[in-house]
Amino acid sequence: MQVVTFVAKRLVAMVAVLLAVSLLVFSLLALSPGSILATLVGTQPTTPELIQSIEERYHLNDPFLVQYWHWLVNALHGDFGQSIQSGEAVTTMVVDRLPVTLGLAAYALLIVLIVGIPAGMAAGMRRGRPFDRGVTAVTIIGMSAPVFTVGILLIYLFGVRFEVLPVYGAGEGFAGRIEHLTLPALALATGLTAQIVRQTRAATLNVMEQDYVTFARARGLNRYRLLIPYALRNTALPMVTAAGLMLIGAISGTVIIETVFSLKGVGSLMIESVQAKDIPVVQGLAIFIAVLVVLVNLLVDLLSMVIDPRIRQSVKV
Amino acid sequence: MTAESTLLSAPTRTRRRRLPVLTTLAFVVRFIVAVLAVFGQWLTPQDPTAQNPLLSVSPPGEGHLLGTDQLGRDVFSLLIAATRSAVVGPICVAIGCVLIGGTLGMLGAYFGGSTDVVVNRFADLVYALPALLVAIVVIGVVDGGYWLTAAILIFLSTPYQIRVCRSVAMVQVRLPYVDAARTLGLSSGRTIFRHVLPNILPTVLATLLLDFVAALIGYSALAYLGLGVQAGQPDWGAMLAEGQTFIAVNPWLSLAPAIMLIATASSVTLVGDWLYDRLSTPAVSR
Repeated sequence: MQVVTFVAKRLVAMVAVLLAVSLLVFSLLALSPGSILATLVGTQPTTPELIQSIEERYHLNDPFLVQYWHWLVNALHGDFGQSIQSGEAVTTMVVDRLPVTLGLAAYALLIVLIVGIPAGMAAGMRRGRPFDRGVTAVTIIGMSAPVFTVGILLIYLFGVRFEVLPVYGAGEGFAGRIEHLTLPALALATGLTAQIVRQTRAATLNVMEQDYVTFARARGLNRYRLLIPYALRNTALPMVTAAGLMLIGAISGTVIIETVFSLKGVGSLMIESVQAKDIPVVQGLAIFIAVLVVLVNLLVDLLSMVIDPRIRQSVKV
Repeated sequence: MTAESTLLSAPTRTRRRRLPVLTTLAFVVRFIVAVLAVFGQWLTPQDPTAQNPLLSVSPPGEGHLLGTDQLGRDVFSLLIAATRSAVVGPICVAIGCVLIGGTLGMLGAYFGGSTDVVVNRFADLVYALPALLVAIVVIGVVDGGYWLTAAILIFLSTPYQIRVCRSVAMVQVRLPYVDAARTLGLSSGRTIFRHVLPNILPTVLATLLLDFVAALIGYSALAYLGLGVQAGQPDWGAMLAEGQTFIAVNPWLSLAPAIMLIATASSVTLVGDWLYDRLSTPAVSR
C-alpha cells in the first residue's frame, strides 16, 4: 500500500516537473532572437499563406499563456509542428532518427558493463598494487577527457592512421551497423566506464573491509566467489543511483558523439536544429528528453525500493 | 565509540600519498597551463593571427611545429593563444559555483528546516538535468556569448557544490563550537562565515577544482559545436572541430587541442582528488 502511495506521489511530481519544463521549452520560441514569426518562417520563402498558417497554428495574436495552452494541447497529442527547414513533422523526424541512437546507446552500455564492473572489482581486490594504481590512473584520465576529444583520438588512430574502422555514418545492414557504431560506442563508453570502475572499486574496497567478509574468508570461502553474493548485493543500491545519474549524463554524451561521427541520430538532430534555430524540432526533442530523464529518475527510485527494504519502510505516507 | 574506533582503525595502513609520480606530473601540467594562460601572448613563436593563404592547412614542417590551419595560421601559436580563453571562463564558473553553491549549502545545513528543504529540492531538480544538453539548447537558441555561457554553466553545476558543502557543513554545525558561538550571541552570518566556513574550506577548495574541470569540458564542448565562442577567436574546442575536417592533411590541428584539453582536465582532476583525499573532513551521507 505504501508503495502504491509512493508511486502515485511520484507520478504527480513527475507531471508537475514536466509541466514546468514544457513552459520553459515553449518559451524558447520567445527567447530566440527576432520575432516569433520570423523564427518560425526561418529560411522558407515568405508567402502570405505560410504566414497565415503559422499565425493560425501558433495563435500568435493571442496572449502568451493562451499560445502556450494551444501548443501544450498539440504537444500532448504528439504534435510539435513542423521543422522550419524541411517542413517535415517533428514527431516523424524524431522517430526516424531513433534507431541509430538506441543502437549506439545499447552498444556503449554493453561495453561499459562488460569492461567496467570486472575491472573495478579486480582493482578493488588488489588495493594499492600496480594493477589497481594503473586502473585508477586510467580512470582519472578517462573521466576527465571530454567525450569529443576521445572521439577525435579514436578517429585519428583507427580511421586515419590504421584505417581499420569506418569513422563516418551509421552503415547499412546489421554487420555494417555494428562496424560503424564501434568507434562512437567506444568513445561514448570511455567516460562512463571510468565512472563505473571507480564506483565498483570503491564499493568493493568498502565491502572487503567488512567484518563479515573477514569471517567468510576465515571460514575458507574463496575470495572471488565471495565477492558476488556479498559485495554485489550490498553495493547494488549506490550503483543504481549512480547508474541513473550516468544515464542522464550519457544523454549529453550521445548528442555530442553523434555529431563527432556524423551519425544520423536523435542527438545530431538536436545539434543541427539548435544550430539552424529550428525551434519546433528543438522543442519536440527537449520534451522527449525531459520525459526520458523523468522516467529514468522514477525507475531509479522504484529500483532502490525493490533492492533495499529499508527505503520501502522509510517512505513517508 | 572513541575507544572502539581507535581499536578498529589501528590495523589499517597509514594513508600513503596516492600516485605520487602522477600527481607531480599533474602539478607540472597545471603549472605549464597556468603560465601559458598568463604569459601566453608573449610566448607564441609566431603571431597567432597572421594568416598565410598559401599555407592553408599544411602538415608540420618548416617554421610551423604543428603545421597550419585553414587560414594558414600557425597551429602551435594558436594553441598557446587559446589557453587563456580556455581557462578564464572555467575559473570564473568554478568560483561562481563555490560562492553560490557553498553559501546555499552552508545555509541549508545551518538553518535546517524549510531552508534546507528548499535548497535541497533546488539541488535535486538541477542535478537531474542533462547539464551539457541544457547549456547547448539555451546557448544555441539565444545566441549566448562567453559570459552568458559562464552564467548558465554556474547555474547548472551549482547543485554539486551545494550537496558537497551541505554534507560537510552538516558535520560541523552539530559540533559544540557552533553552540558556543551561538551562546556568545554571534549572528548567524558571523557564525557561518567566520566559524563554520574555515572548517569546511579544504573540501570546498578541492571541489572548486572539480567544478573547474566540469566547466572546462562544458566550454570546450560548446565551442566544438560552434556555440559560445566568436568565430576566428583561437579556441581549443573550435580548433578541434576545424581540424576534424582536415584530419587527413594535418592531424595536429585537432590532435594538439585534444591533447591539451585531456591533459589540463586530467591533471586538475588528479590534483583535486589528491587534495580532497588529503584535506577533506569526512562527510555524512545524506
